[in-house]
Amino acid sequence: MMSQQNIMPVNIIIFGQLTDITGSSLSLDNITDTDNLVRQLNKLYPALADKKYVVAVDKQVVTTNTVLTNNNTVALLPPFSGG
Amino acid sequence: MNNISSYERYQRQMILKEFGEAAQQKLLQAKVIVIGAGGLGCPALQYMAAAGVGTIGIADHDTVALNNLQRQVLYTVNDVGESKAEKAASRLQELNPDIEIIPYNVRLIPQNTLSFVKAFDIIIDGTDNFSTRYMINDACVLLNKPLVYGAVSQYEGQVAVFNYRQNEGDTAVNYRDLFPQPPKDDEVLNCEEAGVLGILPGIIGTMMANETIKIITGIGEPLINQLLTYNALNNQVYQVSLFAGKETRSLIPESEAAFTQTDYEWLCASPSRNAIAPDSPDSYRDRDGFEIDIENFNTLLTSDDITVIDVREPGEIPVVNEFIFERIPLSQLKENLAGIKSNTVVFFCQTGKRSLQAAQWLFDTFGKTKNIYSLQGGILQWKKFQKKQTT
Repeated sequence: MMSQQNIMPVNIIIFGQLTDITGSSLSLDNITDTDNLVRQLNKLYPALADKKYVVAVDKQVVTTNTVLTNNNTVALLPPFSGG
Repeated sequence: MNNISSYERYQRQMILKEFGEAAQQKLLQAKVIVIGAGGLGCPALQYMAAAGVGTIGIADHDTVALNNLQRQVLYTVNDVGESKAEKAASRLQELNPDIEIIPYNVRLIPQNTLSFVKAFDIIIDGTDNFSTRYMINDACVLLNKPLVYGAVSQYEGQVAVFNYRQNEGDTAVNYRDLFPQPPKDDEVLNCEEAGVLGILPGIIGTMMANETIKIITGIGEPLINQLLTYNALNNQVYQVSLFAGKETRSLIPESEAAFTQTDYEWLCASPSRNAIAPDSPDSYRDRDGFEIDIENFNTLLTSDDITVIDVREPGEIPVVNEFIFERIPLSQLKENLAGIKSNTVVFFCQTGKRSLQAAQWLFDTFGKTKNIYSLQGGILQWKKFQKKQTT
């Protein structure tokens, strides 16, 4: 059942001021990897394109393109400066 | 512990099974500095002083303002206009006269930061801006000191323990493994612009004190190589694991000397908009107009009659040895503009902001008689690009 692989949506949790752009969560279908996800998000939310954030996949921060499979949860974490 | 009142003061935590007199002794011997005695620093300081952390430094150059009192709970209306470091120290000394509290009413800059970091065992970052946060992070990496990090925005806060090795040989992550480069100062709103719920830094600052106490005493599981995010509106806690990045170390000054030469304010600043005089259309040029991308820059490098100028201050890294260039730090550029002879001039700096400023100044002097460029993304992007090309 290889075709199942990308049918499950990728859940995305958004943090900080990025939620002003996207809301606090969303899910997207047919996402193959994190680069692909970022491209899709930038298409859906152009204001996101110049924001700084890190991507975590299933609670692990990833810095290189990472394959997404069934039901991964992706978090977008922006830097905070306030103290 | 040498007096009865200490046993009485700390009794409630000393009777904890994992804690005991041994942990209390460790606290009393510990030296912790809190940088920034604001929303995060106040609660962190209160609980550490109460718990009996033996030596507490407080570094803050700011004075108390009325709009601080909504979250900076060590101060009162009578303190408005007074030094935060000194007021916090005297309040905490009343709470616990048996510990040493040292106020430093100074602004931390690269030239003095290392001496503060050296003098303490653990550094707590309660600052409110990226340039100081990156500076403190880099200092802790250089000097191998644990950094307890916390930051807030609106209703959310982050906590982490950076640069801490529980066992020798462990990998320790630092802030730059999470966010390698500082955001530009207009990329992320600060609390002044975005607002913050007063109790949020109270919660996050208290968590920072808790992490510090755990590191000192060795109890529990500190947030080592973890970033915890807390949302005050829905009480959701999200914890992610962090990993050391291969290139992180190359972003941090390689020596103490290089550190003191690094201009952290510049790294976070947007190019000064005042530099472009809006009412003089002849000298005005869109600031994007100077930017040259990496591929075009590399092509240009092969041509004659071109001068490439590094406008970074001495000692800034990364070191460039891949092409020929001159060095004129931005701080000395204005008096040296007339000496720039080539018809094509490319400026570069760390991220491409200072070089834009340099390009504008040169344009103000020579106008369209020269081809003036600023390397987009700076030398950091260029290095990254070159690396990609070779792998």
